[in-house]
Amino acid sequence: MKIDASKPLEYSTEENSNKIFGFWVFLGAEIALFATLFTVYFVMVDRFASGPSGPDLFEIGPVMIETLLLLSSSFTIGLAVHAMRHGYQKAMMVFFGLTLLMGLGFLGIEIMEFVTYVHEGATLQTSGFLSSLFVLLGTHGAHVSFGFLWGAAILIQLKRQGITPATANKSFIFSLYWHFLDVVWIFIFSFVYLKGLM
Amino acid sequence: MDWDKFKVHGEPLIYGAMASIVLATIGIIVGLTYFKKWGYLWREWLTTVDHKRIGIMYILAALLMLFRGGVDAMMMKLQTAAPDMKFLDSQHYNEVFTTHGLIMILFMAMPFIIGLMNVIVPLQIGARDVAFPRLNAVSFWLFFFGAMLLNISFVIGGSPDAGWSAYFPLASIEFSPTVGNNYYSLALQISGIGTLLTGVNFIVTILKMRAPGMKLMKMPMFTWSVLITNVIIVFAFPVLTVALALMMFDRLFGSQFFTMANGGMDMLWANLFWVWGHPEVYIVVLPAFGIYSEIIATFSKKNLYGYTSMVFSMLIISLLSFLVWAHHFYTMGQGVMVNSFFSITTMAIAVPTGVKIFNWLFTLRKGRITFTTPMLYTLAFIPIFTIGGVTGVMLAMASADYQYHNTMFLVAHFHYVLIPGAVFAVIAGFHYWFPKVFGFRLNERLGKHAFWWIIISFNVAFFPLFILGLMGMTRRQYTYSADTGFGPLSMLSFVGAVGLMIGFVILVYNIYWSTRYEPRDTDGDPWDARTLEWATKSPIPAYNFAVVPTVKTRDAFWTSKMDKVPLFEDKITKIHMPSNTGKPFILGVIFFVAGFSLVFSLWIPAIISGVGILIVLAAMSFDRDHGFYIPVEEVIATEKKLRGETV
Ligand code: HEM
Ligand SMILES: [Cu+2]
Repeated sequence: MKIDASKPLEYSTEENSNKIFGFWVFLGAEIALFATLFTVYFVMVDRFASGPSGPDLFEIGPVMIETLLLLSSSFTIGLAVHAMRHGYQKAMMVFFGLTLLMGLGFLGIEIMEFVTYVHEGATLQTSGFLSSLFVLLGTHGAHVSFGFLWGAAILIQLKRQGITPATANKSFIFSLYWHFLDVVWIFIFSFVYLKGLM
Repeated sequence: MDWDKFKVHGEPLIYGAMASIVLATIGIIVGLTYFKKWGYLWREWLTTVDHKRIGIMYILAALLMLFRGGVDAMMMKLQTAAPDMKFLDSQHYNEVFTTHGLIMILFMAMPFIIGLMNVIVPLQIGARDVAFPRLNAVSFWLFFFGAMLLNISFVIGGSPDAGWSAYFPLASIEFSPTVGNNYYSLALQISGIGTLLTGVNFIVTILKMRAPGMKLMKMPMFTWSVLITNVIIVFAFPVLTVALALMMFDRLFGSQFFTMANGGMDMLWANLFWVWGHPEVYIVVLPAFGIYSEIIATFSKKNLYGYTSMVFSMLIISLLSFLVWAHHFYTMGQGVMVNSFFSITTMAIAVPTGVKIFNWLFTLRKGRITFTTPMLYTLAFIPIFTIGGVTGVMLAMASADYQYHNTMFLVAHFHYVLIPGAVFAVIAGFHYWFPKVFGFRLNERLGKHAFWWIIISFNVAFFPLFILGLMGMTRRQYTYSADTGFGPLSMLSFVGAVGLMIGFVILVYNIYWSTRYEPRDTDGDPWDARTLEWATKSPIPAYNFAVVPTVKTRDAFWTSKMDKVPLFEDKITKIHMPSNTGKPFILGVIFFVAGFSLVFSLWIPAIISGVGILIVLAAMSFDRDHGFYIPVEEVIATEKKLRGETV
């Protein structure tokens, strides 16, 4: 393996930089995926039949907390990558761990939200609107859950192996993924919740 | 548990199929054990990450699926050969045209093309492998097990029966209560993920792994077509992923996406399906254009006319392909403005396609043409595909389409595009690149026999359908009475289908015959060809090129032969190779189990296999195997052996 010292560690081998580029391409596909889900949601948003509509259902409180948690976690994963570039393994792992914890907090609140909705009689089966809402939020939530497991696996490898070209590369790619989920959430926050509350 | 769900009743044909599947499986197991080939199979194939072997497996699977889809086609043709035939009942006919369409497009045409691109693209760009060899194996096994999942449907539980386009509400649980369309959503989902990963892999491979000096505009045309195709894959397949997921939610969990009450919207499915579906036809047709471009240049002994315009026309086609989807349902009530828009975009595609046709004709002009089998398919493609294209423009006119919609005219049209545009291309590519992979050519005499059978029978089988369509025969119609007058032409079409089958049998026989008797080729360049894949030896060594070539021009290999400029300037060094892994195969198996469990709503096995998938993924992440090196001496020895020298 040829290591190019002029580049950041995560880009230092050809394989590494290919992986990062490949992940960007994959994110292109993810954008197409969420764009489709958003389209479905916008088509369905007024088709709530006899069930509750967005304004009946949404509450700003929990959603704000979710947003804060996810935005801050995007910040901490940025800090983790920054620490990684300086070779501070401890700091990196702390920021990384914080990111995952906040992700977990986000998931907890989202699940509580879902439970509340269901108690209010808003289920996946109720209406076209609710089906599309649950699938859009659920797909994002499933991505966060997967991200949690993936991040945990990387954290273990960081602990065992330290900051190497391989672990740096994985962590960097993970940070891209995490930022992406944040961006998707911002769209959900603006166009599902804020717009739905208006 | 309700065992009845698993059974398919009453059809002697299906019992026959079950018996033959069981017998074939036992035969394979006994054979492998008897010849002690299990270890070989596992070590050399199931765990391989070599792009060439993965490509070969794709092609083998595609040939198998061609057989399966062909049997479906023959059954349909027999059923409609004469009025009031009683060979298939309506339900069975529905299942057969559905699986035929799905299998031919998703499990035959696409994998065949992906197989060829796996084998050829890394060679054409002078690379040692694809960017992510292990991911490539994951792609293959997901495709393979997705295809298997769909294929067992007709003996376990029943096949999908709502057409390959599975329109709602017909495909809903209410109107299609069997598990058939569950199979549809899950099998396509699993193989679709594989295809998406292929897309990512090849984009990176082509953009990042080209030999030094190979600028984008010096790439061979097949590589260009593959690049553009994979961009389409990356943007189109997520739409299918969503559509299939929503379908699964509707059918398994009672959501209301495509239902007729509670705010559901059946047309949403039609839109999502075709937003993926139309680009999908370009996913199979663009690489075909690439294959033809290579073949025409090689056998005219000229460089490709209008290289730049070829590239741009493909780019324009790929853009337009996302803007035409509603032409599949002009008649479903979307108003004049929408129909006009889609009418215009659809007709616009004819322009870049026409540019390509003329470029090929100009390449042929004044060329020194040799009529080899691959070249014959290419020459036949041009007029036949043009018929398909012209009838396509007829269908593109929204107001006229009210007359043609869902008739045999349409069936004739898309077979006139898909068969020359995909099947002839992969057959031509198969004949063309076969000697590269196996070190000997397919016999030309048998190849030409098969060619004439296939070309003539194709027209006999499908041209009558244009007329039948104009006479008013609808598609997906399982029988008709004598006074419709559809009988004679339907019989003629059946005769053509039999001829096609004979042609394919000769083609397969040719593989067997040539394996035994064709003389072996030693210099790796049997056609006197132009691009880099011919610069290495045949059969190709595991590392592809002992030395990575340096490229200065288009058709680099040709200029190196003509001007005697060396392609390989560097010295041989040790070569890094990825090591084999069984995890992609295991992942495929678990996906299969997960899919099967979901089809039958068996939640506990579904959850267990879901966890299994996560465990395999984790194992892949923790894997620290970074491959191995082939030492210089071994490379030199291999090269000598391939040149026929004694070591
Ligand atoms: C090899 C010879 C082939 C024959 C004899 C054949 C014959 C047929 C027939 C009889 C139908 C049903 C017409 C109807 O009743 O609606 C059909 C449908 C179809 N065929 Fe083929 N076909 C062949 C090859 C192909 C190939 C190579 C492809 C694609 C690459 C293909 C794609 C389709 C599709 C998509 C449908 C529509 C299925 C549906 O209605 O849902 N066929 N074909
Ligand atoms: Cu179309």
